[in-house]
Amino acid sequence: MRVRAPLTLVLPAVLAAGFLAVPLLGILADAPWSDLVGRLTEPAVTEALRLSLLVSGWTLLFSLLFGIPLAWLLARVDFPGRTVVRCLVLLPMVLPPTVAGVALFQGVGRRGLLGGYLESLGVVLPFSTAGAVVASTFVAMPFLVISLEGALAGLEPQYEEAAATMGAGPLHTLRLVTLPMLAPSLMAGAALCWARALGEFGATITFAGNLPGTTQTLPLKVYLLLQDDPTGATAVSLLLVAVAAAVLFALRGRWLRPLR
Amino acid sequence: MRHHAKLAARSLLALTAATALLVPLAACGSDDTSSAGTDDAATGEESATLTVLAAASLTDVFEEAKEVYEDANPGTTLEFSFAGSQELVAQVEQGAPADVLVTADTPTMDGVADETAVDPVVIARNALTIVTPPDNPAGVAALADLADPDLRLVLAAPEVPAGRYGRQILEAQGVEATPDSEEPNVRAVLGKVQLGEADAGLVYVTDATAAGDGVATVEIPEDQNVTAEYPAAPLADSAHPEAAADFVAWLSSAEAQALLTGAGFQAP
Repeated sequence: MRVRAPLTLVLPAVLAAGFLAVPLLGILADAPWSDLVGRLTEPAVTEALRLSLLVSGWTLLFSLLFGIPLAWLLARVDFPGRTVVRCLVLLPMVLPPTVAGVALFQGVGRRGLLGGYLESLGVVLPFSTAGAVVASTFVAMPFLVISLEGALAGLEPQYEEAAATMGAGPLHTLRLVTLPMLAPSLMAGAALCWARALGEFGATITFAGNLPGTTQTLPLKVYLLLQDDPTGATAVSLLLVAVAAAVLFALRGRWLRPLR
Repeated sequence: MRHHAKLAARSLLALTAATALLVPLAACGSDDTSSAGTDDAATGEESATLTVLAAASLTDVFEEAKEVYEDANPGTTLEFSFAGSQELVAQVEQGAPADVLVTADTPTMDGVADETAVDPVVIARNALTIVTPPDNPAGVAALADLADPDLRLVLAAPEVPAGRYGRQILEAQGVEATPDSEEPNVRAVLGKVQLGEADAGLVYVTDATAAGDGVATVEIPEDQNVTAEYPAAPLADSAHPEAAADFVAWLSSAEAQALLTGAGFQAP
C-alpha cells in the first residue's frame, strides 16, 4: 500500500534527518583532506589508535567470554532474581558514562569495595590499560548481552528440543545448534559492543585517567586535541566516523533493511 | 504474533545500534549557555545575565563572589562555566557566547588577544602545592619524592596551565617524575587524590584550601615554586559590554580581593 505523506509529518521528518546530518557534514567539510594522511599518521595519533584497538579488542574478547553465557542464562533459565540481573545488564547502557567511572572507583578502585583485595593480588586498575579495558567492558558488554538475549528469545525452540531428544546436553546444543543459528545476531551484537568500546570516553577518562600510550584512547585524544589543535581533532573525528560507518555498512543487511 | 514480536525485537536492536554508534560522537560537549538580556520594566535598567568562563581553580571563590556581586548589583546575574583554561579558550575560539574570560595563566589569555574587548588585568596570583590523601600513604615529604616510579602521581595535562606550571617546577628541580595520568583540568587532579586513587598530585594552593580535610598538603618552598597569574577580560562579542566591564573591574576591588585572599589566592 502506498501512502501519501502529509506535509505535517514530512516537514519535521526532514528537519530530524537534517539535524542528524548537519554535524556529520560539518566534519566532512572541515576535515583537512589535503594532509589527512599526515595528520592521521602522526605518532601521537597512531599511538592512540593502537591503544584504542587494543582496548576495544580485549573488551570484545571479555564480553564474548562472559556475555554469551550471561545472555544464554537470561534467555533460557528461569532463575530467581532474573529481572534484577537483567536490570543490572541494562543499567550501564543508560547510565552517564562518567557515573559509570565513579561507580568503578567505588567498586574496584584502590579504595573501592574490592580494591584492597585486588591490590593484595597485585592488581591496581585505575590509571592502567587494564583499567581502560575494565571501564569499556562495563559500558560495552551490555550491548552484546542484550542483543544476544533478544535473539535467543526469538529463536524457535524446536531445533534445540530436537538436539536434546537426540541426547545432546545443554553445552553441546549451545555449541552445535544454538550458536551457529545465532551467528548473524552474534556478529551484530559483537560489532555493536566493539563500536561502543571504541567510542568509550566518559568512564575511561574518569576511571582510567588520561595518559598517552597507556589510557589515552582515540576519543580522549580527540577531546584533548580540540583544546590546542581543532583541525587535528576534526581529522581524528573523521577517522572515528568512518569506522562507525564501516560497521553500519558491514551489518547493512541487519539494520538498514526496511522493516516490513 | 511471533512474527510481530521478532520485528519489534529487531527494531529495538536497530535503535540501540543507532544510539551506540552516535554515543562516541557526543563524547565531548561544551557548555554554551547563551547570555540573555531582558529589559527590566520596573526600573528601566537593563538586566543582564553574564556568562563568565573561568579557570577550574576559581570554582569555589567565584561561587562565593556570585552571591556578593548579585546582591550589590540586582540587575546582573552571573553564570559560570568552569573548565581548564585551554578548554575555555577553545570554546571562545569556537564562538561560544560568553561575556567574561578569566584564565589561570597569561600565555593562554594572550592566545585570544583579538577576542577580548580591552587588555586583560591580573586579578590574583596563585602558587602550586603537593597534595596527598589525608593519611599520605606513600609518605611524600618533598618534591624529590615525586620521582619514585612506584608512586601513583597525577598531574594536570601539559595543555592546561596547572600542568605547565607543575612541569616547570619539577624540571627546575631536576625531578624526573612520570605521571600515571594527565587530567584535563586541575580539579580532576584534586578529585583523584581526594578519592585516594592517586598517592600525590600537584594542584594550586587554593585547591588544597578548598579541599580542607579531604587532602593533606606538602608545601613547595617559595624559591622552588612558580607564580600563576589570573588575567580577566571582558570579551569583544559580549551582548552586555558594560555589565561585563563592570564585573571585571569589580574583581580588582577591595571586596573581591578580600574574597580571593580568603580562598588562598595572593594579591596581584
